[in-house]
Amino acid sequence: MDFLTTFPSMGRADLAALRRGIDAGFRDFSREWGEAIEAFFHPLLRFLVWFDNLLVNTPWPIILGAIGVLVWAGSRSWLMTLGSVAAFFLIGYFGMWHDTMSTLAIISVATILCVAIGIPLGILMARSNRAQSTITPVLDVMQTIPSFVYLIPVVMLLGIGRVPGLIAVCIYALPPIVRLTNLGIRLVDRDVLEAATAFGASNWQKLWGVQVPLALPNIFAGINQTIMMALAMVVIASMIGVQGLGVPVLRAISNQYLALGIMNGLAIVALAIIFDRVSQRYGQRLQAHRKGQGQ
Amino acid sequence: MSDAKISIRNLYKIFGKSPDSVLALVREGLSKEDLLAHHDHVLGINDVSLDIQPHGLQVIMGLSGSGKSTLIRHINRLIDPTAGEILIDGEDVLRMSERQLRDLRRFRTSMVFQKFGLLPHRRILQNVAYGLQVQGRSETDSTRAARHWIARVGLDGYENHYPAQLSGGMQQRVGLARALATDADILLMDEAFSALDPLIRTEMQGILLELQQELHKTIVFITHDLDEALRLGDNIAILRDGAVVQQGSAQQIVLRPADAYIHDFVKDINRGRVIRLGSLVEGDAPEGPVLPHDTLLEDALLHLSDAPGQRVAVSDRTGRIVGGVDLKSAIRAIHA
Repeated sequence: MDFLTTFPSMGRADLAALRRGIDAGFRDFSREWGEAIEAFFHPLLRFLVWFDNLLVNTPWPIILGAIGVLVWAGSRSWLMTLGSVAAFFLIGYFGMWHDTMSTLAIISVATILCVAIGIPLGILMARSNRAQSTITPVLDVMQTIPSFVYLIPVVMLLGIGRVPGLIAVCIYALPPIVRLTNLGIRLVDRDVLEAATAFGASNWQKLWGVQVPLALPNIFAGINQTIMMALAMVVIASMIGVQGLGVPVLRAISNQYLALGIMNGLAIVALAIIFDRVSQRYGQRLQAHRKGQGQ
Repeated sequence: MSDAKISIRNLYKIFGKSPDSVLALVREGLSKEDLLAHHDHVLGINDVSLDIQPHGLQVIMGLSGSGKSTLIRHINRLIDPTAGEILIDGEDVLRMSERQLRDLRRFRTSMVFQKFGLLPHRRILQNVAYGLQVQGRSETDSTRAARHWIARVGLDGYENHYPAQLSGGMQQRVGLARALATDADILLMDEAFSALDPLIRTEMQGILLELQQELHKTIVFITHDLDEALRLGDNIAILRDGAVVQQGSAQQIVLRPADAYIHDFVKDINRGRVIRLGSLVEGDAPEGPVLPHDTLLEDALLHLSDAPGQRVAVSDRTGRIVGGVDLKSAIRAIHA
């Protein structure tokens, strides 16, 4: 009754050979293509470094002012504006200004990248059921696979540094924007779309004049989620060489520095709350037409 | 071929997995019920042929499920038929390329919808200008035209509101203005006033008739409301189970219903508001008052009872006296 008690597995030796084969294959691939891929991502690296330097080197009062203006532009709320500026002031006061700027830089670039990739992908999914059924499982994998697992090939391919960190963040943060863009477009009222067709609107005119504008609230919810998930990746990304608030947190874990960990953790929370509230407020303002008010 | 503006010939529409495979059966007379029960296909339109005259108001009437909204969507090909022909100005809509079809929808037809179909994120002005922008007209041009049509439907001052801020009746005025703004000479109205409450509906019918007197568009008007059909239609086609059961003027349908189904339909309506004197002319014309042939019985009754011998003379379109009508036959016609 051996058959029932031992699972018919592949056998230790074969399994080891298989793993070795895959590892060797990927190693060869990364030796062959690593440089080309690195060159491909080089412009991204330069942009990231430039943006990071910009934030770090700009005098702090200017950054605080800019934050105030952006928050006001997004939320139109004095309370939020003052709160955000005060939060950033405290972050600086507790010595985390430099790291916060680095985190801000990578989050911004990651969000831009995710929007640039995610919205077209979402539109594609909304237009074709086949695209939807192909992309959805990929998104499922991206969202559920433990991030450490995809750090391995990314690091093998690109080494340690900002670009692999950025890619890791994007893999994790991309799915919500794709899903919500797709959902938003699919939820657009059929009657409205039919009216546009009846007036002779081309597919392009329907997409940009009707579908995307009406999907904006959902798209914004997606951007909001993407930002939140990017922030959640800050600590993990710091393991592969991304500068920012994750680095001190990592140091705090390995050395049991309680206060350092809490302070930097709270700074990440502050960033998250500011991003979240401002982008939600902005999304709500886009929907002014849905209520019976607003001019 | 006649000089019809829109000509629908032997149109069939079957919904289901493979409509072509059951088309032959339907042509042989398979009923809608049997088609659904044994072949799992739904018969939408069953051998409809209809000539719609230019500058007239063609009403297509039927209860829900009769296929009327499906039929109107064939005219601008929002739905593709299973078989048949649709000619607009003699041109086959089904042979049109994607581009020609788009131009047809942009320049030659426009549409008003039961659920309005306004763009909720655009202000009223931009909504009315929508068709013109799709046509590629300049911003200033389309805005100017939009303002004109907003004024024509009585919505001045609402240009900067959003649709959600307007009542149903006002939203449909926007829908009407949007459709008129494109200058298309065919206006397709799919249960345009059905979602409105009765008073507003009557008001909108008035607006439509008033505009039509001046614009002379070819209007195809879908409704499930017989009173609306009789009030608006120059010509009425009644649809049941996807087939035309009867077509003709309001009077013809009321006076000579084609079958029991239509008889049932028309028995409760106010016949005095549909039947005109001309259809009751009998015998010689008496001396005294003369009424035109298209006077509604309702309006004629008072004259009839005041007239000597309770009998009036009736004149035709040219003013020539063609005969007489007496009060008794008028009352009989109303209470038939």
